[in-house]
Amino acid sequence: MTEYLVSLWSSLLATIDDVLPIIGILVGFQVLVLRRPIPNLKRVLLGFLLVLLGLAFFLEGLERALFPLGRLMAEQLTAPDFLGTSGSGTDGAEHWERYAWVYLFAFAIGFATAIAEPSLIAVAIKAHQVSAGAIHPWGLRIAVAIGVGIGITLGTHRIVTGAPLHYYIITGYVVVLTQTWFAPRAIIALAYDSGGVSTSTVTVPLVAALGLGLASNIPGRNPLLDGFGLIAFACLFPIMTVIAYAQLSELVTRRRSGLHPHP
Amino acid sequence: MKALVPELLKSLTGSVKDLLPIIGVIAFFQLLVLGRPIPNLLELLWGTLLVVVGLTLFIQGLKLGLFPIGENMAWDFAAKGSLLWLLLFAFALGFGTTIAEPALIAVAEEAAKMAAQGGMIVDVTDAREAYAKGLRYTVALSVGVAIVIGVLRILRGWPIQYLIICGYLGVVIMTVFAPKEIIGIAYDSGGVTTSTITVPLVTALGVGLASSIEGRNPMVDGFGLIAFASLTPMIFVMGYGVLL
Repeated sequence: MTEYLVSLWSSLLATIDDVLPIIGILVGFQVLVLRRPIPNLKRVLLGFLLVLLGLAFFLEGLERALFPLGRLMAEQLTAPDFLGTSGSGTDGAEHWERYAWVYLFAFAIGFATAIAEPSLIAVAIKAHQVSAGAIHPWGLRIAVAIGVGIGITLGTHRIVTGAPLHYYIITGYVVVLTQTWFAPRAIIALAYDSGGVSTSTVTVPLVAALGLGLASNIPGRNPLLDGFGLIAFACLFPIMTVIAYAQLSELVTRRRSGLHPHP
Repeated sequence: MKALVPELLKSLTGSVKDLLPIIGVIAFFQLLVLGRPIPNLLELLWGTLLVVVGLTLFIQGLKLGLFPIGENMAWDFAAKGSLLWLLLFAFALGFGTTIAEPALIAVAEEAAKMAAQGGMIVDVTDAREAYAKGLRYTVALSVGVAIVIGVLRILRGWPIQYLIICGYLGVVIMTVFAPKEIIGIAYDSGGVTTSTITVPLVTALGVGLASSIEGRNPMVDGFGLIAFASLTPMIFVMGYGVLL
């Protein structure tokens, strides 16, 4: 029990370390440049305290429970015995259907970690406020999570087949720009944001473990060259799914109100 | 203060909902697909409890602290009317929150290993450390620049897609010239720079600025700062790879 508390305490200290520069910048500019009192100072301070405590608990809990298990599973699912590649020495590209469980895991873990991502929750709350309720927090979060899931699945497929990363990413850019052309104007900035937002505290460590595990166990792959790139996929695909979500909900509203599509 | 308790309890159930998918995925794969027991159940339960409580406190603190301070400072800067100070603040926020980011420190060390293997630097500890440090400063600089560009865009009301197209072109062009060992790391660096505290703060700043300036729509113009912050590191890291 005491061991748990000691570990929690050191996690809290580490979080304070990370947050201190940010607080320094905020206080510095507020006091030296803006020179205005902060309204509801007590509430804001309480908020910062809650953020600090919450983040420390959250990170400690992830380290204790979800990360070790998630990493272990990524290793087990990509182990040569499980994949049936031990001793065969064949290239991953020829037998990519062997990796069905890995693909399913990639999608599921991408989706689930995006739903649990605190920064995505934050942006969803803000988007709900700013859009006066037009953007539903869960709608946005599920759209992003589906995007992360698809991205990570495609990213693992790339590691399995060993195709160059930039072909996929550049194709993705073309798709995003084409979608932008047809997208409702109000959603564009939020959609572009959702890529960076979805890959944070929860997603990065688990996904990185999956990528490195795969690249070390598939014959013909070099973990240093092929193990990276999953995060890039997880950043790109939410943009597409969020734009698609906006177009879909626009279509539904139009149908409901009985109006014709614009001329 | 008293109003906080029922609200916390309500958002506690929300946090449980947020975490159900990840618990479900892990349980399904561990028990059914891999057919293994859950190791150390007590540790798992304690960890899950911490995660749920932590998420609840964080979300509450976000609404009480991070969002109001971000928006409030945006309004104050708009009232002050000094572009220089606002841009300086934007840069400091981007640079300062990135340089200490633990995920970035880990990625920079990884990148130094690759550079050593690829023969771009000598494979000794000193050279690797110097390379990792240089990379961290490069990424932090790029995030600072990104927030400055993003804030300028909000002030001027430029459509975001044109800037993003330029960014994408920059990434494609740099990919042609960059050593192939660094491309994977560079592409990933865009996603790892935006931390859990930076995102709400920067979002609130953008939305606050867009609401305080006449003619700007917080929905159309307020978002987009994070988008730049996840694009410029890719360009800058590949640039770092070309120069060294």
